[in-house]
Amino acid sequence: MSTTTTPEVRTRRSAPSYQGFIARHAATTPTYAAVLILLVLLAGAETFLPGNFLSPGNLSALLLDNAYLLVLAVGMTFVILTAGIDLSVGSVMAFTGVLGAQLLAQGTPAVVAVPAMLLAGGAIGLLIGVLVQYFHVQPFIASLGGLFLARGLAFVVSLQSIKVEEPTVLWLQQTRIRLDGWYITPTGIIALLAVAFAALVLHLTRFGRTVYAIGGNEGSARLMGLAVARTKVTAYVISGLCGGLAGLLLTAYSGAGYPRNGIGTELDAIAAVVIGGTLLTGGRGYVLGSLVGVLVFGTIKTIISFMGAEQSWMQIIIGGLLLLFIVVQRAIVARSERQR
Amino acid sequence: MSSPTLAAAPHPPRDNDGVDGARPLLELTGATVRFGADAALDDVSFRMFPGEVHSLMGENGAGKSTLIKAITGALPLDAGTLVLEGRPVRFATPYDAQRAGVSTVYQEIDLLPNLSVAENVLLGREPRAFGLVDHRLMRRRAAAVLADLGLDVDPASTLGTHPVAVQQLVAIARAIATDVKVLVLDEPTSSLDLDEVAELFDVVRRLTARGVAVLFVSHFLDQVYELCDRVTVLRDGRFVGEYLTRELLRIDLVAKMLGREVSELAERQRGAVAEPEAVPLLSARGVTTARGVQGVDVDVAEGEVVGVAGLLGSGRTALARAVTGVARLEAGSVRVDGAGARLDSPRRAIGLGLVYSSENRRTEGIVAELSVLDNITLALQAQRGALRPIPLARRRELAQSWVDALGIRPPDLDRPAGTLSGGNQQKVLLARLLALAPRVLVLDEPTRGIDVGAKVEIQNLVGELADNGLSVVFISAELEEVLRVSDRVVVLRDGRVVGTVESDDVTTGSLLALVARPDEDGG
Repeated sequence: MSTTTTPEVRTRRSAPSYQGFIARHAATTPTYAAVLILLVLLAGAETFLPGNFLSPGNLSALLLDNAYLLVLAVGMTFVILTAGIDLSVGSVMAFTGVLGAQLLAQGTPAVVAVPAMLLAGGAIGLLIGVLVQYFHVQPFIASLGGLFLARGLAFVVSLQSIKVEEPTVLWLQQTRIRLDGWYITPTGIIALLAVAFAALVLHLTRFGRTVYAIGGNEGSARLMGLAVARTKVTAYVISGLCGGLAGLLLTAYSGAGYPRNGIGTELDAIAAVVIGGTLLTGGRGYVLGSLVGVLVFGTIKTIISFMGAEQSWMQIIIGGLLLLFIVVQRAIVARSERQR
Repeated sequence: MSSPTLAAAPHPPRDNDGVDGARPLLELTGATVRFGADAALDDVSFRMFPGEVHSLMGENGAGKSTLIKAITGALPLDAGTLVLEGRPVRFATPYDAQRAGVSTVYQEIDLLPNLSVAENVLLGREPRAFGLVDHRLMRRRAAAVLADLGLDVDPASTLGTHPVAVQQLVAIARAIATDVKVLVLDEPTSSLDLDEVAELFDVVRRLTARGVAVLFVSHFLDQVYELCDRVTVLRDGRFVGEYLTRELLRIDLVAKMLGREVSELAERQRGAVAEPEAVPLLSARGVTTARGVQGVDVDVAEGEVVGVAGLLGSGRTALARAVTGVARLEAGSVRVDGAGARLDSPRRAIGLGLVYSSENRRTEGIVAELSVLDNITLALQAQRGALRPIPLARRRELAQSWVDALGIRPPDLDRPAGTLSGGNQQKVLLARLLALAPRVLVLDEPTRGIDVGAKVEIQNLVGELADNGLSVVFISAELEEVLRVSDRVVVLRDGRVVGTVESDDVTTGSLLALVARPDEDGG
């Protein structure tokens, strides 16, 4: 074997440019696919539906009607990136929502009630995270426990809907900042800030990179000296906090706290995250993709109601889309694995 | 053995004391690791000098991986000391070892396929500004480390999109970035092609030039001789010796690895000698797998036992798995009594009458929680399908007959199979396969890890089965055993047949020479 020194940098690995492109962008492809789907949906709705679908008012409502779901999806993205799952968030949203409404109804000032909602959500997230990390409970089971716990607590707080009349909370939804036909409310701003903050944390902090590392290979992450345990627990706490924040947004949006809110919403959040290109096996995906996923979700919902069709069609379409996306993702992952 | 008279214990020979009298960089003394009653490492000494490439040699179960785990913090030592740069150290985790400068690159890459090459090189000590990761600086630093090793890999690309060879080199780059002193490469070349191996060796030489000690573990003798300065041989968890590679003939190395033992059994008495000109029952032609064997031909006549000999990695297991439908056949054909089939699953092979017993009894054989009864009738029931259950009474009768015929102890059908001794588990496996009424039995290391008495029983059993007309392919790392059991022996080296010998015509020594390759290049 001629292993005499070859100091020249080898060129045989300079693949054709398209392969290099795929190598760089393998992880982002599913998210681009989600963007494409969103554009097709919007264009299709504009073309085939009567009326003006792409009006600024419609598009603004698309974000605002789904602000709570977006916040849940942000928290869910953290957890799914670690290859976990959090089924509790819909119930946590209901619990914190009704808890906040109750506190406000009793005359607690908003500056106390709102942090209490966030804390309650974070505490449930912490409980799930500790169960997952230190007691090695499957995330599915641990968060299922969290789901029942939070739902039960919601009913303990109140069996009925509690109307919110506290002006600060209502302000969040009723204030409309307008620009031409576009408008946004503080709830929408909060949701978008959550996305931006999450994107920053995930991409530019060691914590964020550790979240990805855990999803890639937990053992390797530990071997690299990354703080695996702390990071994993924190991911669930973030998801819980997002549940609390979503509770606030939903309470502001609907003007009331109701213990039956958000049944099944955790599944909507998971669907949005997956449609947005995050792999359920962890380690791959983007929080901006989850934003796109929520918008896809919302668009389909809007299209269905525009058409005056049954809402059950909504679930059928989302189900089909979800399956399609999972197959596409599998194909992408399988391809990049076959390359090795 | 933590006896206080350690100094008095005679130690096997050591050629040469250090490179130019240098002090060892890493020194392991009296290392003992026990798993239950068995010692996986028994009073083993091992040392590495700065700037050398050291090889660790031994067959399966010699204790190589245990030793690696012991010096990289993956396993605690039950006795013995580890000294790094003159200071005694004790690593609780692989991460501890890594921080002290002992890194391992495994065959299965221990990195993060979903992150960029740059992050894989530097994560954990990535450059940060105001608490935020500076990705651009990280890429630049990673590029510098990679260029230092002569690698042209885009640091921004996702690691998982690269071939294993590149990922391995990235793992080495990570070790460099964490100031490695001792780098362990565990079977690094088993999935690389020739160019990639050359590139890896190039990188290894760059490392040793900087004083890094590299432990190169491989079963490819050619590569060991090309790259390594020194070799430590282990056998059955014990230290055999430490040698300079250039002073150790290949055949001597192989002899030391395998060890010679006085045969405790006379030659097997054959009832009838198979006719050499008989039409083969099993005929495999040009068997080729992705990694393992290339163009191997094997014929087995009815009632014949054909042994397969070769070192670890010579393709003996790959051959067995390819002809029984366990591994994918890239090329070639397998026929039983003239009938062929696309062997894409063990099920198809069983349909042809070809059954396989894996070398991994625990993971691919016995279902430890199930009873002896269930284990024996498992394959037969699977073959019949769930819709045609065998009545319990019939199953008991069947299983009982095999327990009696093979002498399975204790003869208790309802005991969980996992509670039986290794030899009896092996017999249960044999019973399971024999219940299928096969025509060709492929046994991969059927006597590994079982006691001597049971070994002899299994060997005799194979003889009896052959006398009753069954064709057997018998694979074993122990040459004496292969010779004793088989009528003919096919010798494999580097995935090719290098010879076929009649058992009666050869001695263990000449077979050994064939296995190891004649030393025309002086070793």
